[in-house]
Amino acid sequence: MSGRTVLVTGVSRDLGRTCARSLAADPSVARVIGVDVMPPRGDIGDVQFVRADIRNPVIAKVIAREDVDTVVHMSVIATPGSAGARGTMKELNVIGTMQLLAACQKAESLQQLVVKSTTTVYGASSADPAMFTEDMQPRGRARTGYAKDAAEVEAYVRGFARRRPDVTVTTLRCANVIGPGVVSPVTSYFRLPVIPTVLGFDPRLQFLHESDLNRVLRHAVTAGVHGTFNIAGDDVLMLSQALRRLQRPSVPLPGFAFGGLGSALKSTRLADLSPELVTFLTYGRGVDTTRMRAELGFEPRYTTAEAFGEFASTLPPTGGRTERLLGAVADRLPEVSDDRPPALTALTGTGGSDG
Amino acid sequence: MGDAEIIPIGTRGRPGRGTGTRPSAAARNLAPKGRSGGAKSEPPRADAETETPTAAAPDEAAVPAPETEPVVPLASEQPATSARLELSEREGPGIPLGDLLNAFQAAAREVFGEQWEHQLAHFLAFLRRRLTGDYVVDEFGFDAEITERFFLAAVRPIAEKWFRVEVRGAENIPAEGGALIVSNHSGTIPVDALMTMAMVHDHTGRHLRALGADLVFKLPFVSKVARKGGATLACNEDAERMLAGGELVGVWPEGFKGIGKPYSQRYKLQRFGRGGFVSAALRTQVPIVPLSVVGAEEIYPLVGNVPALARLLGVPYIPITPLFPWLGPLGMVPLPSKWLLEFGEPIRTDEYDDHAAEDPMLVFNVTDQVRETIQQTLYSLLMQRQSVFK
Repeated sequence: MSGRTVLVTGVSRDLGRTCARSLAADPSVARVIGVDVMPPRGDIGDVQFVRADIRNPVIAKVIAREDVDTVVHMSVIATPGSAGARGTMKELNVIGTMQLLAACQKAESLQQLVVKSTTTVYGASSADPAMFTEDMQPRGRARTGYAKDAAEVEAYVRGFARRRPDVTVTTLRCANVIGPGVVSPVTSYFRLPVIPTVLGFDPRLQFLHESDLNRVLRHAVTAGVHGTFNIAGDDVLMLSQALRRLQRPSVPLPGFAFGGLGSALKSTRLADLSPELVTFLTYGRGVDTTRMRAELGFEPRYTTAEAFGEFASTLPPTGGRTERLLGAVADRLPEVSDDRPPALTALTGTGGSDG
Repeated sequence: MGDAEIIPIGTRGRPGRGTGTRPSAAARNLAPKGRSGGAKSEPPRADAETETPTAAAPDEAAVPAPETEPVVPLASEQPATSARLELSEREGPGIPLGDLLNAFQAAAREVFGEQWEHQLAHFLAFLRRRLTGDYVVDEFGFDAEITERFFLAAVRPIAEKWFRVEVRGAENIPAEGGALIVSNHSGTIPVDALMTMAMVHDHTGRHLRALGADLVFKLPFVSKVARKGGATLACNEDAERMLAGGELVGVWPEGFKGIGKPYSQRYKLQRFGRGGFVSAALRTQVPIVPLSVVGAEEIYPLVGNVPALARLLGVPYIPITPLFPWLGPLGMVPLPSKWLLEFGEPIRTDEYDDHAAEDPMLVFNVTDQVRETIQQTLYSLLMQRQSVFK
């Protein structure tokens, strides 16, 4: 399939922009059209930018005029951020998706739809299985915020897939994207100088490196596999372990105080501890990525620990005094070999160079 | 020194007329012409040098001997002076550094043995790994290192010395591959699960991965420790995932009905859940190893319950034992009953066909078979037991 025309929504934000650029670099893609309400913040290279709002029917005209055959929907946002209040965010996520899908349904030329969703749709609770597979339902229905938006977006996408069986629909449920340049609720949480945690809980976390997000979107466009896939780096990190790797001090707070702190932090614009992030940081979540390998045929370059390691290396440590003290003592003692069994020594360092 | 008495008036002992800023000339003459007077006539470099002895003066007051010491060396060479001053300062009141070092080495030898440097280095390496997060957990959050070095090490002495656990039939636990250990549950607090985990590890070197109730993962601290210790939620998805991954999984299908039953019903098995553990074993085709635990019933004899308070706190029961609320924290010490753990012959599930797990009748039958085996073994163990505490 040569000479494809790809339309990417949500290019004003960094992840959408870099994804559009990496798609434009793909030889099988002839043209990439980036759509957003606001112009992109950085260099968009070969990408052709069209200023349009996916919340109104203009988007249908863009799709028809440009003869688009692939739509990559990346405009589901986790935070209101610059867009304004929660109302705007919901409008953009849900109504925007509805309009876009309505336009897609009318477009005869359309062959493929790729939607970037999130593992937040699984929620996080104490009754969760350790690893979610794509067939599992969340244990509790999401009532607010990003999780609810993402669930509704996925419901509309399923409806679209039913009405247009000729279109290949790929839904990518991505774990929390992390990387030196990523600004998201999770990364701003880890950028706090002193990190609050929920007392008595140690959640399991999974991350996806930003370059792997670009790669998987590009892979989904070129591979054209129908279905829903969990996308995450291998293995899990415990929150306590992540904080130790960051070398940042943490303050354990009881659950109720943690939620209150969230709103205080939000008003200072330091971090946004939304309810779904609070449950995530209490109970954690793991997703099974067997299908990502077996059916989608995608292999992430970074494991969770490596992606986090690269993110951590860009942040100056604000703690770690005890470790330095122990290090000074250890230097005076004779050298010892690692006495751990080999099964426990994997997974260190930062591998995976980004191509 | 005793006769040089300074009477504080007005300016808190400083000579002067009470303005507090600068003493008058008369007052300056009255002031004792000690070291500071002598230092005044010397060059400012020497003046700076006298700072150290004056600062150290309160310490020296306790040791009468080196009174003149700081003054005398002023005439001699500078660097040597300061070195000697520091030395005298350190050796003055406290314990000499050399003694401290020797004491530390002796203590280290005491704790870590003759190879203490090596041992300490190993221990420090472990500590640093923990502090920098340089360890791995599996997808369930199981931290093998901390479990082996800390949790099991803490539980083992209790199992061996307090409960004097006797293990029988450990050879029935498969040395490798997935297997499901099914046990009776008792004792008000799931101490039996901890002891089983420690004993299984001691006898086979394998970690027993426990399946825990919802409540375990709802409670702060408990959930944290449970995940680190290798437990996960008792649901079909997790059980099958672990068994398929070749883990040794432990399940206590009686749940709260078993652990919170009154003392009068001891060693009477409760209903075995809905047989979910059997269907998980059937789907993954792993053997089921029945385990009978005798002794755990007597550690906290449950004689009463406060249902209203339990409902309020959202827990299944509030235990009342002959000792518990009455003796306070002391009542939480378990009674030292003698424990017997008997692992039965594995029940094979790989002979059934693929759809066996979808056949409820078969699942019920296998469940009953496991339950009966455990119940009969319990009876025979109780017959063999001489008394509760011996």
